[in-house]
Amino acid sequence: MSWISPLRLRRAGILSMNRRNVDYIGRYNDRASYPMVDNKLKTKLLAAEYEVPTPKLRQVVRQQHEISHFRELVEELGGFAIKPAKGSGGKGITVITRRDRERYVKASGADVSLSFLERHLSNILAGLYSLGGTPDVAIVEDLVQPSAGLAKFSFQGVPDIRIVVFQGYPVMAMLRLATTDSDGKANLHQGAVGVGLDIGTGRSLNAVQFNRTITLHPDTGLPLSDLKIDDWNDMLVMASRCYEATGLGYMGVDLVVDAAQGPLLLELNARPGLAIQMANGRGLLGRLRTIERLKRPHFTPEGRVAYAMEMFGQ
Amino acid sequence: MTSRSPFFFAIFLLITAGLSLAVLRHVELGIPWLKGEQRPVWLVEARVDFQATNGPVLASLNIPDQPPGFQLLTEQAASPGYGFSIVEDGGNRRAEWSKRFASGPQTLYFKAQLVPDPSAGAPKPKRPPQAERMFWEEPQATAVREVLQQARERSSSPESMTRELIKLMQPENPEQNTTLLVSGTNYVDLLARMLNHAGIPARIADGLQLEDARRRQLLKPYLQIYDGEQWLTFNPHTGTQGLPENVVLWRQAANSLLDVVGGSESQVTFSMLRQTVPALQLARAEASDNGLGFISLYQLPIEEQSMFRMLLLLPLGALIVAFMRIVIGIRTSGTFMPVLIAVAFVQTSLVPGLVAFISVVSLGLLMRGYLSALNLLLVSRISALIILVIFITTGISIVGYQMGFNTGMTVTFFPMIILAWTIERMSILWEEEGPREVVIQGFGSLFVAVCAYLAMSTPLAGHLTFNFPELHLVILGLILLMGQYTGYKLSELRRFHPMKAYDQ
Repeated sequence: MSWISPLRLRRAGILSMNRRNVDYIGRYNDRASYPMVDNKLKTKLLAAEYEVPTPKLRQVVRQQHEISHFRELVEELGGFAIKPAKGSGGKGITVITRRDRERYVKASGADVSLSFLERHLSNILAGLYSLGGTPDVAIVEDLVQPSAGLAKFSFQGVPDIRIVVFQGYPVMAMLRLATTDSDGKANLHQGAVGVGLDIGTGRSLNAVQFNRTITLHPDTGLPLSDLKIDDWNDMLVMASRCYEATGLGYMGVDLVVDAAQGPLLLELNARPGLAIQMANGRGLLGRLRTIERLKRPHFTPEGRVAYAMEMFGQ
Repeated sequence: MTSRSPFFFAIFLLITAGLSLAVLRHVELGIPWLKGEQRPVWLVEARVDFQATNGPVLASLNIPDQPPGFQLLTEQAASPGYGFSIVEDGGNRRAEWSKRFASGPQTLYFKAQLVPDPSAGAPKPKRPPQAERMFWEEPQATAVREVLQQARERSSSPESMTRELIKLMQPENPEQNTTLLVSGTNYVDLLARMLNHAGIPARIADGLQLEDARRRQLLKPYLQIYDGEQWLTFNPHTGTQGLPENVVLWRQAANSLLDVVGGSESQVTFSMLRQTVPALQLARAEASDNGLGFISLYQLPIEEQSMFRMLLLLPLGALIVAFMRIVIGIRTSGTFMPVLIAVAFVQTSLVPGLVAFISVVSLGLLMRGYLSALNLLLVSRISALIILVIFITTGISIVGYQMGFNTGMTVTFFPMIILAWTIERMSILWEEEGPREVVIQGFGSLFVAVCAYLAMSTPLAGHLTFNFPELHLVILGLILLMGQYTGYKLSELRRFHPMKAYDQ
């Protein structure tokens, strides 16, 4: 068992779960705005209003009887993703990459039958994956084709970029890469690799898996130290714009880079996790306090991004 | 964070209010802090004997009315065939027995429980009593005048005058006047008459010396004078002021101790016993007539009381859960599931409860595996699970009973719905996060439940939460305080330990 003293943690500026909940989520996030981010369907519609691109919505399954039409509607799609609108933590997301005759091939390579997907849809509608078990709707959207530059780092699935945005300022970012351990999912506690990204340049700083520092991707064996995200400034501006859209002071913005469409907003999170600090090897608290001390905040996303890139760049 | 100081002040008020109310009730009502505290109580029995004269009988006995130094706990009369009531009449309480026809020797009993209470004072007279005018015949008149004159010269106040008078009237005092007066009269009555003559209101009170396991005791007369504010008691033979310890004034204001109409040869004797009763029982009996008693739950019917006993333990469980989750950082399945499990443990006791819980959940998980293959809608799946859980508990009870374990039956104390949801959640957790997370959360929940059980099942916890409900304000304050805890959880000190590498 290995421990760290609370004094050292405080010196490193690590944000704790309790402080995040009381001082940031509780203080800066208005409860009325939660449905906008807890419901992916609402997020998509809202993002469209603020010119933040998202993966194309193909279908919304709202009722049990609509499930029987599911097959016809996905007939012409090559790959697609089924998501519960109110799901959290990536729960209930099924990614189908291609069709193999009557079988649907998942991102992991396993193939499933149509009845499996129909049952999955039925579970989503019943609220199995939604917060608090409330009835839900299932959304079916286009599969994101990861850009070649990033896709090679990820074992399966699409690498996504999590940016923590505080009062519109991007304060910390990481790239999440799926691994065999994480079964194609991009959640760090399930075994995905987290790569901390420099806010100033979009270059990798440090990488962790299961809370341990690594230098090579465990599956692909590629070095993670000289990784760089293209269009970094645009992505930060996109993330920053979500603050105007939702009004949430403290949120996590999940972006993916599509080979054809460029950066897309995947989802927003009103309660972003703390693992990003481990991926960066830095605490959030100092940066959050810097923003809180700001006497004259910037009013445009571009202004905020420029300020953040200068302040938090290495 | 200046905006938080009113919050902390409110919490401080809450906790202080809870604690001070508890202390106040402890002091005022005598509710003990610990469970087994004992208090002495005197059981005094007055026995009235008389010969009935073939006709209607009315017996009236003076009974104590706020005797100084004691509290009256209970009163009861035992007398077969007699009607009984307690009559209050001008600050003078009497027990009255009545019967249409009685003959031969009759015995009536009156029992009272008295609690020593040094703070209990005598009642204030409604009107200040006046000294009665006395008439004396010669030669007593002269003797009285001279003795009173002597006593007055040696004294300065009614009290000192009384003391001096008693000294002068002692037989060893070789004065002619004294000898003349004392001869052939009731000595204490004489003292009272003389004091009244001197303008000091005086009367005779009857006291009972309390000694453990004494029988056939008689009342002893005490002299009382009124000093303008209250009645002061004197020993008529030594002149000592004040009531000796363990003397209860059975008769104070009344003129007669016992009146019997329709009987003869009546007499009263007393026997007494020193008992100990739990201090709590005493406090309950006294609670109803005390101003602070309204907060206590003792007035409720016993059935509701036992329900509240359980209910009032819940905040303690909630406190433990809040602490474990906020400060320690243990993951549990369902926020307050551990508290409900702990409540069930309180009824089943720990080991049988643990065995029953783990077996029901494991069997349920196995069956849930089959249910998930059936492709059911969520609501019907949960409903089916609830029925299965009931089957499992029934099965465990029956098998346990057949094998001779009565403890198998206790499984019914577990809340079925909570069990079903726990199984459902665990099963989904298993599918999504793997068995490791199930074990972590399952044991986290059980650990918190056992902690909550240990806290809730201590006799002291049950005693304090039920008898001092205001202590829940303190628990509330602590929970609110924890809601503002922004420091690191214990589990985070472990989670973030790799940060050591960057902190150079």
